[in-house]
Amino acid sequence: MTTTIETGHKPQLGRRSFLRVSATAAGGLLVALYLDPHRAARGAVQSKPPTYPPDAFVQIKPDGKIHIIVNRLEFGQGVQTSLPMILADEMDADWSQVVGELAPAADVYKDPLFGIQMVGGSGSIAHSFQQYRELGARTRAMLVSAAADKWKVKPDQCRTDASVVHGPGGKSASYAELAEAAAKQPIPGTVQLKSPSQFRLIGKPTRRLDSSPKCDGSLRFGLDLDLPGMKTAVVAHPPVFGARVQRLDDTDARRIEGVRETFELPLVHGSGVAVVADKFWIAKHARDRLKIEWDVSGVEHADSADLFAKYKELARGSGKVAVSRGDEHAIDAIADADRMVVEYEFPYLAHAPMEPLNTTVRFDGDRAEVWAGSQFQTVDQAAIAEVLGLKPEQVLFHTEMAGGGFGRRAVPDSHVQREAALIAKRFRGTPIKLVWPREDDVQGGYYRPMHVHRVEIAIGQDGMPKAWRHVIVGQSLTAGTPFAAMTIRNGVDETAVEGTADTHYNIPNFHVSAHHPTVNVPVLWWRSVGHTHNAFVMETLIDELATRAKADPIAYRRKLLNADAGKVHRVLDLMEQKSAPWRTKLAKGHALGIACHESFDTAVACAVDVSIENKRPKIHRVTVAVDPGIAVNPLTIESQCQAGVSFGVTQIMAKGAITLKEGRVEQRNFDGYTPPYIVDAPVAVDVHIVPSSENPSGCGEPPVPVISPAVANALSRLTGKRYRSLPLTEV
Amino acid sequence: METYKLSVNGQPREVRVDPGTPLLWVLREELKMTGSKYGCGIGACGACTVHLGGVATRSCVVPVSLIGSRKIVTIEAMADDPVGRVVQNAWVTHDVVQCGYCQSGQIMSAVALLKSISRPTDTNIEESMGGNLCRCATYVRIRQAIKAASHQLK
Repeated sequence: MTTTIETGHKPQLGRRSFLRVSATAAGGLLVALYLDPHRAARGAVQSKPPTYPPDAFVQIKPDGKIHIIVNRLEFGQGVQTSLPMILADEMDADWSQVVGELAPAADVYKDPLFGIQMVGGSGSIAHSFQQYRELGARTRAMLVSAAADKWKVKPDQCRTDASVVHGPGGKSASYAELAEAAAKQPIPGTVQLKSPSQFRLIGKPTRRLDSSPKCDGSLRFGLDLDLPGMKTAVVAHPPVFGARVQRLDDTDARRIEGVRETFELPLVHGSGVAVVADKFWIAKHARDRLKIEWDVSGVEHADSADLFAKYKELARGSGKVAVSRGDEHAIDAIADADRMVVEYEFPYLAHAPMEPLNTTVRFDGDRAEVWAGSQFQTVDQAAIAEVLGLKPEQVLFHTEMAGGGFGRRAVPDSHVQREAALIAKRFRGTPIKLVWPREDDVQGGYYRPMHVHRVEIAIGQDGMPKAWRHVIVGQSLTAGTPFAAMTIRNGVDETAVEGTADTHYNIPNFHVSAHHPTVNVPVLWWRSVGHTHNAFVMETLIDELATRAKADPIAYRRKLLNADAGKVHRVLDLMEQKSAPWRTKLAKGHALGIACHESFDTAVACAVDVSIENKRPKIHRVTVAVDPGIAVNPLTIESQCQAGVSFGVTQIMAKGAITLKEGRVEQRNFDGYTPPYIVDAPVAVDVHIVPSSENPSGCGEPPVPVISPAVANALSRLTGKRYRSLPLTEV
Repeated sequence: METYKLSVNGQPREVRVDPGTPLLWVLREELKMTGSKYGCGIGACGACTVHLGGVATRSCVVPVSLIGSRKIVTIEAMADDPVGRVVQNAWVTHDVVQCGYCQSGQIMSAVALLKSISRPTDTNIEESMGGNLCRCATYVRIRQAIKAASHQLK
């Protein structure tokens, strides 16, 4: 297979600056493959836009270590291992010598499809598979050319294996020996990629590269950063979104030893008070002793109960049309006995990643340096530059390993980074680490929006739906952001209706519409985005229809699915087969729950074994089938599926909700907003991957949506009740 | 500010801090031992778990003034602990971690469990690990790794 060169962006980190950065990090001599842009342009005559420079992605050290640069944040999903696997495979690198390194912010590391440097939409492997393969193949070709030149043979007389080039007559040279000469070779415009049968790493279950330092406490997350002279900042945020400081009494706070300064700070929403101190504990202690009178006038006091009432009222009428097939009003002619009208409620959800939000900024006047676990490097870098009056390229942005994120570190308005930059601006030359304590995170907004779904279904004589009218009410995630153009069509934010409007179920007279009220609560994509609520509605309703038709829930789904929904059919089949040994002989008091859903081009089906213990669902077992195309690292996919379904339990936890009363968030910490602990998560999850030769799709988000409807379906079998309001406060 | 003499991982350490400073912040900010993590500050997530006098303890809610002579053992010492080493190896072998932020605390709780119950049941595991939140929700593999470590410890 010959490759064509894909969309790229001119590298902004030049060879010099990149080498300098790398040399500092490595603390020694560095031999890197580099790109001369002019020579590359000549070499790749036909190709525009330009190729990705291998030097920005691969560094071969004199000791044989191969550093592969990862153009994404690592925050649990495993790309710090799986992206290097892809490149190393095509490069024939010795895997035991590979190091995965997170890239700083730079144009060359932008997502090839999205055009910004980011993690989101489960796109890391999907979008960079071809890119990293080509990078590996180019690097290999340059190493082979260097060896061929050295031995005065043709490149096709050489072969490669485990970081060694082998030539005729028993000649061999290691990649480390060849690196310097390889760097002077022209970058090939086209390269031959391996056929799947030649893969040595892709498809092989491979342990993570970052396990050991995460198990012995040595891995430094952003929050662990300690720089000379660094100060820590904590901000008092307004109790109602958008409120402003009216009067500040900081006498008590300033008396605390180690407090450097307190001052009012303009925020993206309203204003707050910053406390800068020598240590975090002192800063937080002092922050909690500020006496602030807030001006809460002129800002909407959002209230969950009022919002649900308003949303339900809105849901009684059609909104902006997302999809309309057949006759929207066919349903009105159907007799009540053959009709269902149901309403669902979903609350706000906080992401609550384990590592509290933080960013460190040092402003040096004409440049700045930043350390952040960011899913949105390009956006955050630009925001910091704007605050500091710099150009983005004057902001050296280090990507720090992050303790989870689930979307919370991909914020279009970069509000955390803006706070950090504003504070750092007052302390020129001093690194400022801004920390959002857990309370700020839980109460600070940027939630998965609350939603109401109202669904009217007409059921035919055969028990199958013959008309479906569905209204979804919830805030738009992207309205007012630069992402609106990507997701809002005809007034419908596709992230609110995804999983319903594009369902694979073949339902005639199908009508989906949406209302997007404006509410004074900042909202944000939460792992698997719209699919959390849409899959819950679709998969509990389909299950209810199957029960009503006295049909097997798997067979019913299969019958209703479009024939061309290949991935969903395949995961249903595999799940049915793999769960058969236990599915048909459940213990007394246990019930089976089924769900399947496709999101981000990956289909997932699951079967769950659930009983009720202490008035809560106990999930004894889950069988998951997944079709992510080519499985780059089956071990990561297994882990993501096991933990993803467990993460998905968040929205059915008894305290799995953020609620507001008169503008104030009612939960403060994990005691009030409680994600799943070990007792709440499935005891065992077996994962089965559909064999595939299709391009890989992501696995970070697709396992999340299926678990909550599957559990609710099992509970319905146990109790006879239907669960349409989350969180599951009562079973 | 008061001066406190502490025993941390077998070493005598001295710090001068406000008496109300939680042990977690003494470890992280005074002694620069950042393996113990801050997750909630109210003892609800377990990311800060250390062994205090041999007992798994949430260091974010223990003021330094209440430690007295109790020995403090942190994740940084687990590689030198016979049970700790086995648990860490099991964690790596079973590819438990994802973001990894909670895993110091998970491992400290798991080591404390295995030191008191050598063959823990699922119920034992749920009880002992019940206060350790993993937001990535790696619980299935945590269970597997604890059981594997238990078998290795004999």
